[in-house]
Amino acid sequence: MIESFKRIYDNRHEYIGKWKEKHPDRKIMGYMCTSMPEEIIYAANALPIRILGGHESQNVSQQHMMGTFCPFSRDVLAQGLLGKYDYLDALGITHTCQHIYQAYESWVLHKNIKSFYIPTPNTSQTPHALPYLRGQLKLFLEKLEDWTGRKIGENDLRRGIEIVDTTRKLMKQIYEMRKSESPPISGLDSMLMVVAAQMSDKEEFNTILEDVIKNELPGRKAKATPSSRLMLIGSEHDDVKFIEMVENLDAIIVIDDHCTGSRYFWNTTEQNEDALTDIANRYIKKPPCPIKDFPVRKRTAHIVNLANEWNVAGVIEIQQKFCDPHELDRVAVSKALEKAGFPILNLEADVTMPVGPFRIRVEAFLEILSSEELF
Amino acid sequence: MAKYKTEPLKCWDKAKELRSEVYDRIAKARDEGTMIVSGGTESAISLPAGFDMEFFGGEPYVAGCAFMGKNDSSKYMKYFETAEAAKFPRDLCAYMRLSVGSLLCNSYAFGGTYPKPAFNLQTHICDTQGKWYQIMSELEGVPYNALDLIPFEWESEYESEESKNLKHKYLKDQMLDIIDWMEDISGKKYDDEKFINALNCECESASLWAQCCMVNRSIPAVMDEKMMHSLYVIAALMRHEKASVNFYKELLDELKDRAERGIAAFENERLRLLLDGMPPWHSLEIYRYIEEFGGVSIGSHFSFGVSGGWAYDSKQDTRVPAMPPKEAGVELRTREDACSWYSKWLLNTNTILRSLKLSGQGKNKHILDLVKKWNVDGVLIHLNRGCEGTAAGQMEIRYFLAENNIPVITFEGNHADIREFDLPRVKTTINTFMETLDLKKL
Ligand code: SF4
Ligand code: SF4
Repeated sequence: MIESFKRIYDNRHEYIGKWKEKHPDRKIMGYMCTSMPEEIIYAANALPIRILGGHESQNVSQQHMMGTFCPFSRDVLAQGLLGKYDYLDALGITHTCQHIYQAYESWVLHKNIKSFYIPTPNTSQTPHALPYLRGQLKLFLEKLEDWTGRKIGENDLRRGIEIVDTTRKLMKQIYEMRKSESPPISGLDSMLMVVAAQMSDKEEFNTILEDVIKNELPGRKAKATPSSRLMLIGSEHDDVKFIEMVENLDAIIVIDDHCTGSRYFWNTTEQNEDALTDIANRYIKKPPCPIKDFPVRKRTAHIVNLANEWNVAGVIEIQQKFCDPHELDRVAVSKALEKAGFPILNLEADVTMPVGPFRIRVEAFLEILSSEELF
Repeated sequence: MAKYKTEPLKCWDKAKELRSEVYDRIAKARDEGTMIVSGGTESAISLPAGFDMEFFGGEPYVAGCAFMGKNDSSKYMKYFETAEAAKFPRDLCAYMRLSVGSLLCNSYAFGGTYPKPAFNLQTHICDTQGKWYQIMSELEGVPYNALDLIPFEWESEYESEESKNLKHKYLKDQMLDIIDWMEDISGKKYDDEKFINALNCECESASLWAQCCMVNRSIPAVMDEKMMHSLYVIAALMRHEKASVNFYKELLDELKDRAERGIAAFENERLRLLLDGMPPWHSLEIYRYIEEFGGVSIGSHFSFGVSGGWAYDSKQDTRVPAMPPKEAGVELRTREDACSWYSKWLLNTNTILRSLKLSGQGKNKHILDLVKKWNVDGVLIHLNRGCEGTAAGQMEIRYFLAENNIPVITFEGNHADIREFDLPRVKTTINTFMETLDLKKL
């Protein structure tokens, strides 16, 4: 059921509590960036879950992180310091942006938790990134073996790939359905689906996805009347109230380029070599986030492509305040979209979003979009 | 009456001369069409030195813009405003914004038009670096490449040799590719001998600067940090040149002599401070203000590390000046040898490159080590709104030092954007700090 997505998202900690009761022998690793190779963690029979913010004001991160680190990263750290994730057996991170990496470092410094850092490449464009990443994944795997006390063989890795790839394929299938004139699922439910997938056991989640695809989506219309089709891009973004507000106007979000959206699951694993190389290759070929998109700029073409394929009228870029990676791409992305004929609205997000002022700006943007359609 | 004897540094004029020579050479190259290569100054600048070229490094140039902006803000502010008008957000790296602004204005702060490079070569050391010169290259319409540098972890993390080997090979292989790429796009023949000479000079310069910093453990300090800014910049600009090696040899001799004779940088030294973060280039008078209390900044993780080569000594659990190839008994004969040495050198011996990505326990320990070894009485942390790289771990350092009973205070600012630096407020913060230490103005 589609409602399960929101249920998992809203009750993420209770969900894990129940999961732990069912699987007392399995370990749980929280991670902070979607470059974390979940396949290997499943292969180790542990559970990977993504840590997101709580969207509440807090006053515990200030003494550990400067105010110029993005609100998301500060919110994530606060979750850790406030003990919301005390059930975790370990914390993991790959190379990611400096803001969320700071959250990881401070969490590790103050919570005395087992930690795994995989120094993944910063760019995937050099051919040497693949063997390098494979080598680092092997070291990660060995550390997981030590941690869980079980050997991880080729078959385990293939099983891990199968679990995660199934989630990816099913979610992509749902995203494909959003190309239709009347998408069967809203932007909000799609976002909740992706984050719920990040927060739950994928073996269980895959059955929910299968059920939704088979029994719920056929013939369903997320909105009764056709509305302006929008794309959402930018930094990490899982603000329910904001997306709800946009879709309560005459608009529907049909596609995104977010780590809480398509970027998480867009490509699956090509199985050609040994499993570790295949996994490394999957992450190398993943749609890049801004910090990994150099020396050649590949991200803009991917975004424009999505906008074309999902036939959007306009794009909202929602960017966390102080998010350097996305700010660094802002000019180029805006230019590329505008050149391709997609108007763009840039908005800056904080942990809690004041929906009122944003509504006025989104309404004005939608007006521009519809007036253009009149010509 | 003064507590110590002091005298001007004899090398001072030489440093100024060398610095302006570099900027003149870049202007001359621009006017005469000689090849210019540009990129961040922490780039592997010995790599393009296999060609006859002038290297136009981003950071020292824009730091210079910020410094000059104090007296004549016309260009400096125009650079910022132009970058902002082009929609580069104001909270991005202030160095990058100045650099983009200078380019968009087609203005070289030292006169004439912006020196357009043949290509940009960057080393990705913080999240901004790889993107900064991607943007510059797009605006200039010139080719761009970047080395992906993943530094070794701090020793407290016990990184495995296997992981280090992977990082080493990864960087080395990229270097070899980049040499081919540079030949391709420039159409020029690469000279391995020139590269090897440049690399030997680079390592020697970095080692010598680290040795100069070691001399500053003396009481009184023979250099203060504002002097250091004018001294380490030679390595930042031209560490791959023989002139840089010669300069640091001369400087080291002079500093040793000063230490022996008890010559102080500041005659009334009574409080030794360490500054964490980058200096506010537009407001270097904060160093003078500290002196009013008898305080002297004897350096910083940044000033020691940005041009210094430091090797970890496991027996003493501290860092000491790293040995350049010849001293380490290594003769670099081939391009492969040189790339192998170079990649390990950058991954291992540059504490700044390491700290921009990794802070945590390792950086905390490193700062505490500096405090102890350089006989520091207190730490001032410049929380830099203009640099996400050096901001990494700063609040944790404050927390850690306080836990270790080291007097520490933070002030917020921006190393290059004066609009985010409230000098009177910073002075008030310093006053408070001095009060807690029971120090009044002299
Ligand atoms: S990419 Fe942006 S939003 Fe995400 S953690 Fe980094 S700074 Fe924050
Ligand atoms: S280290 Fe700081 S100043 Fe240098 S490029 Fe990175 S953010 Fe900018």
